[in-house]
Amino acid sequence: MALRKRIWSSAPYLLLVISVVPIMVGYLWLLINSFSTRTEGLLPVGELTLNNWSFLLETPFGRGYPSIWRVTLNTFLIASFMTITVVLVSSLAGYALSRLNFPGRRQFLSLTLILHAFPSVTLLIGIFFVLRTLSLYNTLIGVGLVMVGFEMPFGIWLMKGFFDNVSWDMERAALIDGASRLQVWWQIIIPTLKPGIAALAIFAFVSGWNAWLVPKTFTIGAGKQATLSVYLQNFQGDTVAVDWGTVTAVGLFQLIPVALFFIFTQDLLLSIYAGGAKGGS
Amino acid sequence: MKVKLENLSKRWGKVVGVEGINLDINDGEFVVFLGPSGCGKTTTLLMVAGIYKPSGGIIRFDGRVVNEVGPKDRNIGMVFQSYALYPHMTVMQNISYPLRLMKTPKSEMIERSQRVADMMGIGELMDRRPAFLSGGQQQRVALGRALVKEPELLLFDEPLSNLDARLRLSMRSEIKRLQIDLGITSIYVTHDQVEAMTMADRIAVMKDGQLHAYDTPTEVYDRPRTLFIARFVGNPPMNITEVDVSQTNGAYHASSEGLELVIPADRGEKAAAKGSVMMGIRPEDIMIDSEGIPGEVFGVEPLGRDHLIDVKIGDIHYYLLVDPSLNLKSGDRVKLGFNTKKCQFFDKKTERSLLWN
Ligand SMILES: Nc1ncnc2c1ncn2[C@@H]1O[C@H](COP(=O)(O)OP(=O)(O)OP(=O)(O)O)[C@@H](O)[C@H]1O
Ligand SMILES: [Mg+2]
Repeated sequence: MALRKRIWSSAPYLLLVISVVPIMVGYLWLLINSFSTRTEGLLPVGELTLNNWSFLLETPFGRGYPSIWRVTLNTFLIASFMTITVVLVSSLAGYALSRLNFPGRRQFLSLTLILHAFPSVTLLIGIFFVLRTLSLYNTLIGVGLVMVGFEMPFGIWLMKGFFDNVSWDMERAALIDGASRLQVWWQIIIPTLKPGIAALAIFAFVSGWNAWLVPKTFTIGAGKQATLSVYLQNFQGDTVAVDWGTVTAVGLFQLIPVALFFIFTQDLLLSIYAGGAKGGS
Repeated sequence: MKVKLENLSKRWGKVVGVEGINLDINDGEFVVFLGPSGCGKTTTLLMVAGIYKPSGGIIRFDGRVVNEVGPKDRNIGMVFQSYALYPHMTVMQNISYPLRLMKTPKSEMIERSQRVADMMGIGELMDRRPAFLSGGQQQRVALGRALVKEPELLLFDEPLSNLDARLRLSMRSEIKRLQIDLGITSIYVTHDQVEAMTMADRIAVMKDGQLHAYDTPTEVYDRPRTLFIARFVGNPPMNITEVDVSQTNGAYHASSEGLELVIPADRGEKAAAKGSVMMGIRPEDIMIDSEGIPGEVFGVEPLGRDHLIDVKIGDIHYYLLVDPSLNLKSGDRVKLGFNTKKCQFFDKKTERSLLWN
């Protein structure tokens, strides 16, 4: 009886573990491979080596190509720019769309939804011309702006949803307590939405950090403006054999900040404040 | 602070929130807005608070027109049904928030907040977050937050609806006592007419966005100006039946199927002018009376101290309160006496009182 109960209650965990195993094996292989010359299955062949990580010290593509650190900085700049801009603009726009009744509100809302659903690939050529006209082609800021643009509809929609769930009474109470609209927004609403905002920030950061299509399209090769994903792709040249050891090492390198980001923010993500109301509207 | 509403209206496109409200509130008075759901109580309150802009009419505080004054400059405190506490702030931070916005020095802020919290009996809970308080404690925090800046006007929007019956009772008297002690002019919204009767200096009865009556609780209870008020105020509600009132041999009679009552001249005279009218009589003005009109008990509802019984005379049901020791059951024959000195008469069409207009 007790045993059966035990088995039943551990069943969900078993299921989770089973479904996670393939993914974990993938990461494990990535880790092992990046320190081996060659692997057979999961096991390294021959001695462990640090050779694959030599890209940290010298660029594998020779002179004229940026170092990994430059590329990392580029990626970091784009991801941070995206995070800050998306969070700031989305939370202001989401607030306005949720709370204020202005002409064109409905149209704006449906437009953001359409834009979100729009396949961004089809826009690439058009954007190329726009960027060239603005002399933003092959610049970090150009890439950053385009990515912000792609991310914004999602961000606005998400934030509007969060604001919709904040009770009007709380806002009214703050106004009556003597707060201005901006103070209400900053001191009352934003703090109660911290977990949501953190989630959006992480989405934005990760999608900036991993972006490949936009940087690939709007920068030249593995030039000074390359991001990590673009840089990684350069290893898959057509002329030489792919050096999988280095590819895994770079991939792992790209993964580290994202993993750290999650480790440090997951507490915030999970600590959703219980509302002030019990059964109230 | 005196509050005056002149012809106040609020519309959203075609939707009418309230229409043509005229109301005078004296300094230190406790006014209750009473009415069924959707009648515009909250709308009116939020206009007084400055959250909604009136579509028409004027709001005056001590004679000064405040239509264009923002909520933060009206010096009011408000308590919401949902408490509307700030979940990310402690009790202390919640209560002191209005002072913080007024840039009160920190030591004074803490001292005043603590004093208010002590007065509300939540002085021990200052470091807790709202999520870790009971409903009653949350409501006290909300009340403390409304009181801390010593407002000139207190607004309550159904503050007790989310509390259990016992707590509601004690909070009710606590709020009333506080209001008397502090002497702050207050507007209190509720759809609970017992709350209205027990707390109010004056009751504003509202329906469909309009003000139906504005008077003291006893006046509203004893002299309902419309059929709606008669039905809405009082628990259990007033019995309403259609009768014919006529004068024979100098006496006034109200009659309907199986019912024949002698009506005092002062009331009968006004009703007889119309002939066919609606008569209202409260359950406490009907009693078991061996000389009375025969009827049959149709249902019995124990209310604890009394039994509410439903007696059928002809085809019409009358509700009255009886002593449980009478042990009445469905099907029993009883005789009812009517205290006709207390009966009300209303016009069938306009539903206005024939006695008090
Ligand atoms: N923001 C709004 N937009 C449109 N109509 C509204 C708005 N607020 C209220 N109304 C309408 O105005 C009328 C009065 O609403 P109000 O909230 O004042 O009722 P209430 O008396 O407070 O009811 P309750 O007891 O349910 O709280 C209702 O018919 C409601 O639908
Ligand atoms: Mg309401």
